[in-house]
Amino acid sequence: MSFTSINFLVFFGILIILYYALPKKIQWIVLLVASYAFYLFAGLKYLGFILFTTITTYLVTRYMDGRIKAQNEYLKEHKAELSKEDKKAYKKQVKSRNRLWFILTIVVNFGILFFCKACLVDPLHSMTDSGVISFLSVGLPFGISFYMFQSMGYVIDVYRGKAEAENNFFKVALFVSFFPQLVQGPISKWEQLKESLFAPHPFDRRQVAFGLQRMLWGFFKKLVIADRIAVAIGTLKGTEYTGVSFFLLTVFYAVQIYGDFTGGIDIAIGVGETLGVIMPENFIRPYFSKNIAEYWRRWHISLNEWMKSYIFYPITVSGPMLKLALKTRKSLGKFGMRIPVYIGSLLTWLGTGVWHGFNLHFIVWGLMNCFVIVISEELNPLYEKFHQKYSWSNTRGYNVFQILRMFVLMNLIRASDLFNDVGDYFRRMGSLAWQFNFHVLWDGTLMNLGLNAVDYVILIAGIVLMFLVSFFSRDDVSFRVKLQKIPWMVRYLLIFLLLLAVILFGSYGIGYDASNFIYNQF
Amino acid sequence: MEQLLEILEGLHPEVDFELADDLIDAKIFDSFDIVTLVAEINAEFDVAIPAEELIPENFNSAEAIWELIQRLDEE
Repeated sequence: MSFTSINFLVFFGILIILYYALPKKIQWIVLLVASYAFYLFAGLKYLGFILFTTITTYLVTRYMDGRIKAQNEYLKEHKAELSKEDKKAYKKQVKSRNRLWFILTIVVNFGILFFCKACLVDPLHSMTDSGVISFLSVGLPFGISFYMFQSMGYVIDVYRGKAEAENNFFKVALFVSFFPQLVQGPISKWEQLKESLFAPHPFDRRQVAFGLQRMLWGFFKKLVIADRIAVAIGTLKGTEYTGVSFFLLTVFYAVQIYGDFTGGIDIAIGVGETLGVIMPENFIRPYFSKNIAEYWRRWHISLNEWMKSYIFYPITVSGPMLKLALKTRKSLGKFGMRIPVYIGSLLTWLGTGVWHGFNLHFIVWGLMNCFVIVISEELNPLYEKFHQKYSWSNTRGYNVFQILRMFVLMNLIRASDLFNDVGDYFRRMGSLAWQFNFHVLWDGTLMNLGLNAVDYVILIAGIVLMFLVSFFSRDDVSFRVKLQKIPWMVRYLLIFLLLLAVILFGSYGIGYDASNFIYNQF
Repeated sequence: MEQLLEILEGLHPEVDFELADDLIDAKIFDSFDIVTLVAEINAEFDVAIPAEELIPENFNSAEAIWELIQRLDEE
């Protein structure tokens, strides 16, 4: 069931009524039933996948937590008679027993994910000519990349002793299947979500209103902007579009993916808010970043945090890596200490690429990101000197230049998403160096991409609106909080106009299928 | 503690580590700095900091890092 379908609006309406009408203590059960109903809309054939992950997650976390608690009790009881070495040996013994089941669970679950990614689907082969992705033709289990990472994050946290295992199987089932997150995340941590997910929530008018406002903003970004511009992207992928046309494609795609992904997340977080469930933010004004590393701290935050906590850190601080650092330090000095960082970055970005799909172009995409981040990280001392020496490099004008530079660079890297054929992507990148066909901007080409003058006016107005909302949230105070301070009549008028814009200007009919969010394919 | 301060100053000479208490929250340290610091600590103090200890609370100040080293050394 897509967030942008009538089915979803009916489903959500019924859910809200039941959620607040039924006794508070069974609200989380209502959510569980709703989540499975939502999941079953994608097809009964996927049920086995999510149930398997839920059952294995529940069993292994209960087992490991039981061992850890028994260990702590034993150590407390025998505190006086055990030496430091005895305690260490006992802990090691418990950890190694847990490790066996932990590794088995992780390997089997990720094995399923890898199998699905490698054998069941090639996301971008299912992209239609209009540029909008259709989920109907492919067989990747619904939401598997998101619920799998969320579940395995919980398993790792329990293994590490950083989270306590939940006793109630059905609560774990809700954590794994909570429906707003199934479409395209965010990937929550157990400790972040558990409190608001299972707590009773009395009807809070302000919170529900905030949630609905955020959902509306998400619908605007998705339906009015992302789905409208998708048509032009489909056209611009044609082989004849190189040089400036290719550059235009990268900018259009930046707009589409921003509207699609942040719009979808706005809807997901907004749905959560209406239910009193607080999910982590997935974006912090990413297009205002000054470099690629900063961009990745502000874009798809939940996936990047996951990758950092569970892949990058464990690799870089592992025993073999620390030994390697010691060896390379002797021969290469300070630089040698960074070797584990480079290896960890490379493997993490390969993992991030594969998470998106088993395709060469995703791996190339990951490696390009890794390369740019590592190079800019190593050049940091030079940047520092540069900023100290030239005072103009600390002005607002230079900041704007850095933001534009990051935007262009990220657009060029991101465009590799669009081409299954890596050679074709690099051929078009190369055309930027020699083909200066600026005339495409005024010779009527723009009018042959599937968009008419009205579409361009709507897109430009929408992009300006997105920019303004993002710009006025720069002090980390939500735009909705600011909206509360203006007279209520003006506020309601603005919300009404936004609703009207979604109804009148939403791209209904273009790829209007069950789940057409780009990230739902990953 | 002095040895630790030397390592920290080697990473970020511009920071006063005796006063700073928001190294992570103020984004002075990024993930690259943290893992480089873990490797340096392992080399200097022979203390291995596991991945689960790489949380902001343990790295926000020189004092917090020093406490972490001592705790892990005792364990």
